[in-house]
Amino acid sequence: MIWLDTILQGVLLGGLYALFAAGLSLVFGIMRLVNLAHGDLIVFGAYMILIVVSVLGLHPFLAALVAAPVMFVFGWVLQKAVLNRTLGDDILPPLLVTFGLSIVLQNGLLEGFSADSQRISMGALETASVSVGPISAGVLPLMTFASAILVIVALNQLFYRTAIGRAFRATSDDPVTASLMGIRPDRVFATATAIAMLVVTIAALYLGTRANFDPNVGPARLIYAFEAVIIGGLGSLWGTLAGGIIIGVAQTLGAAINPEWQILAGHVAFLLVLLIRPRGLFPRGH
Amino acid sequence: MALLETDGLTARYGDFQALFGVDITLNEGETVAIIGANGAGKTTLMRSITGVLRNEARQIRHKDVEIGHLPADTIMKRGIAMVPEGRKLFPSLTVEENLIIGGQHKGGRDLGDRIDSVLSRFTGGPDPMALAAGHDGMGHWTLETIYALFPILRERRMTPGTALSGGQQQMVAIGRALMSNPDVLLCDEISLGLAPVVIRDIYAALPKIRESGASVIVVEQDISQALAVADRVYCMMEGRITLEGRPDAISRDDIHAAYFGDAA
Amino acid sequence: MAMTYSVTTRTGASSIAMIASLILVVVLVAAPAFASRGLIQDLFFILTMLTLAQFWNLLAGYGGLVSVGQQAFVGIGAYALYGAVILGGADPVLSILLAGLAALVLAVPTAYFAFRLQGAYFAIGTWVIAEVARLSVAQWQAVGGGTGTSLPRSALREIGAVNWIETAFDVRASAARDILTYWLALILAVATIAGIYWLLRSKAGLALAAVRDNTEAARSVGVDAGRMKWVVFLTSAFGTGLAGGLIYLQKARISPDAAFSVTDWTAYVIFIVVIGGIGTIEGPILGVLVFFALQSLLADYGSWYLMVLGLIGIAVMLFAPRGLWGLISERTGIQLFPVRRRLVGGALTQEET
Repeated sequence: MIWLDTILQGVLLGGLYALFAAGLSLVFGIMRLVNLAHGDLIVFGAYMILIVVSVLGLHPFLAALVAAPVMFVFGWVLQKAVLNRTLGDDILPPLLVTFGLSIVLQNGLLEGFSADSQRISMGALETASVSVGPISAGVLPLMTFASAILVIVALNQLFYRTAIGRAFRATSDDPVTASLMGIRPDRVFATATAIAMLVVTIAALYLGTRANFDPNVGPARLIYAFEAVIIGGLGSLWGTLAGGIIIGVAQTLGAAINPEWQILAGHVAFLLVLLIRPRGLFPRGH
Repeated sequence: MALLETDGLTARYGDFQALFGVDITLNEGETVAIIGANGAGKTTLMRSITGVLRNEARQIRHKDVEIGHLPADTIMKRGIAMVPEGRKLFPSLTVEENLIIGGQHKGGRDLGDRIDSVLSRFTGGPDPMALAAGHDGMGHWTLETIYALFPILRERRMTPGTALSGGQQQMVAIGRALMSNPDVLLCDEISLGLAPVVIRDIYAALPKIRESGASVIVVEQDISQALAVADRVYCMMEGRITLEGRPDAISRDDIHAAYFGDAA
Repeated sequence: MAMTYSVTTRTGASSIAMIASLILVVVLVAAPAFASRGLIQDLFFILTMLTLAQFWNLLAGYGGLVSVGQQAFVGIGAYALYGAVILGGADPVLSILLAGLAALVLAVPTAYFAFRLQGAYFAIGTWVIAEVARLSVAQWQAVGGGTGTSLPRSALREIGAVNWIETAFDVRASAARDILTYWLALILAVATIAGIYWLLRSKAGLALAAVRDNTEAARSVGVDAGRMKWVVFLTSAFGTGLAGGLIYLQKARISPDAAFSVTDWTAYVIFIVVIGGIGTIEGPILGVLVFFALQSLLADYGSWYLMVLGLIGIAVMLFAPRGLWGLISERTGIQLFPVRRRLVGGALTQEET
């Protein structure tokens, strides 16, 4: 029974990793940009929520609602002013610029908040759990998982049911022809990154409430997100959720055997999938 | 007043100059054909007019407004629509979505346009809303009238655009451009790679397009097709206009000379 | 019309540069005779960072393989050296070669995995493998596990050359060890630059340039892009492993977090290459000097310093993507290590002007 419990915890953890990954996946799908600062942006969001909680005394969920529009605008400006300039055939500029951004964000947060670890307090919700028979699960992990599913459903609706989604897909196919349709690609890219920042805010809420964080945890979150995306097969959000679950389960199983093996087990699971299915579990034929 | 005109239009790709002072005009209600061999500069001319290539402002005028410097999306919102060479349907979109996207940004009232419009007061840059103001994109063409024009597309509306035959894809590309009810329609090589019977079907739509109020520029390598549909013809060679005239007023020898140079 | 022309890569500036660099190398070899121990340590740092930067530049600038996992090879090289010395009682200096070999061995599975990923995903893939290496080494209790270990003094004392330097320069053992590692770093840096210069001027270099510019086109003229990627990746890993072993031989103390640090061994290295000029041999040389100057000025400011580095890196990438050396050679046309072949003499150059 303990194993079943461990696997359930892993699945729920996978929801968190899918949340980390969804924004990364969205941006990559539309503009083939991999943002190496994605993990640091999540940490940045967590600090922003923390500030709102402590300054305005709001509940973390309301604080995330306050932080979300700020993150949205931040993403829009970041894309429009910086990242759009790096897009093109050469993969070096976006990689190196976002890598630089990662270093700037990490050290900016270190300067502003020190290396002390922080946590956004959820009060009683932190320890609340529900039990079904012998198995119990934390309310917060369950909410994380439900949020991941909601985010994926919402992004899929946005992509396939709205005018913005059509513009996203058209621009992703062919930016020049899209511009002949009255679409300005750099605005589409800015909008996509802005929306990705909304997802980042949700990810930040759960990153900050479920465990301690400090300015240096970003790169590790980027790696988990990336592993989830690759395992899932590029471009499929449900695949990303499956990828997140695989990493999550591997980590909790690894930790159950030896606490020092938690992270290593996740990476090994990723490498195994890459070995067996180089294009991921649910590749998109293009 | 000419609807659209270029005035000493030059264009270059890096060190390579592709257009050398091209002057063409399109009058209201006209159909103009541009012919010329591969590499004569026809597609470059289209790319310049649509704003895919940027030029000096004064080199292109539309309804007496200088538009040479404007980005492609603003030019489209002014009412200049393009059927690009190679059709260029969006593979991720269904046939119907391909059509809808052609009209969803008409009129220039996107949030982005509104923001840029406000910003332009401070930066002195072009004001996209003001520039698009004369064209609301309303008119004859809707999803229904496009389906009436090309009935086969209604049957295939849920299939991905790129799963169609070449001729059907061309119909989608034309329909997509018409969805913004343009006053200028640019058609780049719409008969390229299609069977003669299909070409005939496509060109059969042209009169209805003209009736709807659009003036048309067709770029063609098929000279007889061009001469058959056009009110006036321009011939290009090596980035220059080498011949201009009414189809009935120019001879085969004139065209041959304009196509291949005086050596012939 | 006589058509006598020849293909050359030599330029006026490059001949002068050759002579100047020979003089510089002679001065650097003699440096321990007159330089302070602090200066020798600084030069050691500059030379090892230069070596790492040249190999990353070979990978990313010439091979188009943007890796952010080079710390894997520094770390595994360093740990191989420590393992050989501590567990096998091997000679520390000879173990540097072992460090390179260990990195080479790790590079084979790394490439096998990472080459399945494209572009940016390749970058993060290499990072994952570096993390796996770090976490695995942290489980290796014989070399200190997660907390790390030191090189035993006895092993360091037994290095023959150190005793010789002690008497020749009349310095203490620790300073003599610095001098020895400094000379080794000088040899490694010079060999790296000469080796990469040779590689780029050889037929393989042409193939490499073709692959970087257009993989499809390169394939169509018979260049095996896959093989070139392997060659570049393994070469870089070997060199990076050598540098890693040498760096930690000098430090004499190691821990997994330090030896596999993405900041120290990849972020700094990327910064050096980007700011100096990616895709040139001159770039990393200029870049390491700028980097060292910035570090001397700003290192006391901790995270501010790193923020400034990041911002400078972003600004250079956006506004001068060919780096400082790119700006200089654009203005002056100078190339110190020309790899581009030029036609000289004959009618062809006449026509071009």
